[in-house]
Amino acid sequence: MAGRERPLAPFNRRACRVAESHAAGGYRIFTLIDEQGPEPAAGQFYMLSGESEWEGESGRPYLPRAISVARILGTRGALRLEFLIDDVGPGTGRMAAFEPGDGCLLTGPFGNPFSMPRELNSDAAGAILVGGGIGIAPMAVLRRELVKRGVPSRTLLGFRDQEHSGGVDELFGCEETRLAFEDGSAGHKGYVTDLLIRMLEGDDPGGAVVYSCGPPAMLEAVRNICAGYGVPVELALESPMACGFGACYGCAVPKAEGGYLRLCVDGPVVRGDQIESAMAGEMVTSGIGDAD
Amino acid sequence: MDLSTEICGIPLASPVLNGSGTYDALAAQRAFGDAVLDDFPFAAFVSKTITRHPRPGNPPHRLWEAPSGMINSIGLPNPGLEAFVGGDLLELTALPVPLIVSVMADSAEDFTLLVEAVAAVPGVAGIELNVSCPNVHSGLIVGEQPTETEALMKALRPLTDLPMMIKLTPNVANPHEVAKAAEAGGADAISLINTIKAAAIDRNHNRTWLGVGGGGLSGPAVRPIALAQVRAVAGAVDLPLVGMGGIADGESALEFILAGATVVAVGTENFRDPRAGISVRDGLVSALQRRGFESLADAQASTLS
Repeated sequence: MAGRERPLAPFNRRACRVAESHAAGGYRIFTLIDEQGPEPAAGQFYMLSGESEWEGESGRPYLPRAISVARILGTRGALRLEFLIDDVGPGTGRMAAFEPGDGCLLTGPFGNPFSMPRELNSDAAGAILVGGGIGIAPMAVLRRELVKRGVPSRTLLGFRDQEHSGGVDELFGCEETRLAFEDGSAGHKGYVTDLLIRMLEGDDPGGAVVYSCGPPAMLEAVRNICAGYGVPVELALESPMACGFGACYGCAVPKAEGGYLRLCVDGPVVRGDQIESAMAGEMVTSGIGDAD
Repeated sequence: MDLSTEICGIPLASPVLNGSGTYDALAAQRAFGDAVLDDFPFAAFVSKTITRHPRPGNPPHRLWEAPSGMINSIGLPNPGLEAFVGGDLLELTALPVPLIVSVMADSAEDFTLLVEAVAAVPGVAGIELNVSCPNVHSGLIVGEQPTETEALMKALRPLTDLPMMIKLTPNVANPHEVAKAAEAGGADAISLINTIKAAAIDRNHNRTWLGVGGGGLSGPAVRPIALAQVRAVAGAVDLPLVGMGGIADGESALEFILAGATVVAVGTENFRDPRAGISVRDGLVSALQRRGFESLADAQASTLS
């Protein structure tokens, strides 16, 4: 479990204005103005729903969707929160259709943030960030936080194809990143985990700490690779989730020692050795069944 | 408007409670801090269900979104009686509102242990019996059988002077028959409805989505069914009722009171809005005023034509 103190969420569900929305490859990025909340820490997430056209003609979406923040601009009182959205169902579909001026209901920030490298490994020389697909969002926030704290980091990002690499240029800018594309359209042809192995082979693993977010199969591979090299790893996981603050007990993830953790309050950032498998999020893209 | 009321002698600042298992007051404090205590959303707090032995809960998946509702198969995860009494229960009794502890067992013997242990803790205002579980001896779900329900109530009634309410399952043909049996057995109040049996089909993979195959439906989708059952039970017993099932605002809370509930409970709406209890309470004032009711008691006493 991450050791850092986490910012407390205001005790409310507040209507925030959508300031901006645009396409980013096959994804969308939209910006919310949060006038009340604290600056979230890397790894934290929000529960989001549309102020209008939620519970539409089909009665769905009904529940809010758990979405990680992708970029934080401004400070408390005038925070601008950017979210990276993949339209995979009724909830993310509504959010992908947000237009400036629309209202978005928001609670949060929730969950444990990522630990700093020295909290995971007292000999840590820096951090290796491994992001995949839509999971690059929390990696972008962590990357900025590490830069601000003067912690060296290297970033490895993997994508299926160009269409599924939306947001990478904006969120990572001209920062040095190493890319892998499964279709070979740029960077390394293959998986991002190939790059991780290459990096750990060339490093002294004793000084490494890995952070990762992405599809479950990628996270499970990262978890196993890190276990093999004896490198501490923190993963940002996903699970169907109704509330975000420990009320529904829906976001159960099997623990390594048996039983379950509640991902909303005991995660979403977990250490690799805390869980039985990162595959628990299988088939979940960012919400509550039926793809969404 | 003054919303203060009572149920079974438990004084309440408003008629808005939470449904068992739909709000974790301690986890909410981790997420929101002491603001939860300063502005507690409910007039009494109903704990999640406690069992004699610890339960890890059901394997994932546990949730499925349904039209205007959701299906859950959480499986009553809880630390077990001993750890609960030595841990969370002490913190819950320090909440700024009366505490009602929900318990469930698969035998009268275990129910007895639970009721005696919980009733002995100062600060517990009442006990809710979750009877949506098979009896280990008969194999029958207690709350589906009037005879089982009456026998259980009769066994537990002498154990404590604390109010005991029984949470009815809606998965029966005649809930009022079970309610009458609970009354005959000595229940002080009846809460209803629990979730309605439901299935989530993952059509892309030809399988059921939820880890244990099925679950229970809640949210506004069940509200008309809950209202029908509250109305039927209110006409059959003289006990106060805690009405719930898809309450999302003051207007829907008023529907339950008009159907015969003394107080109401908010459940699934808490997941969407951590302050849902407060907005239901405030919305109920507006709803009462709009209909010309001068007090909550007027609405509680009114009958449907």
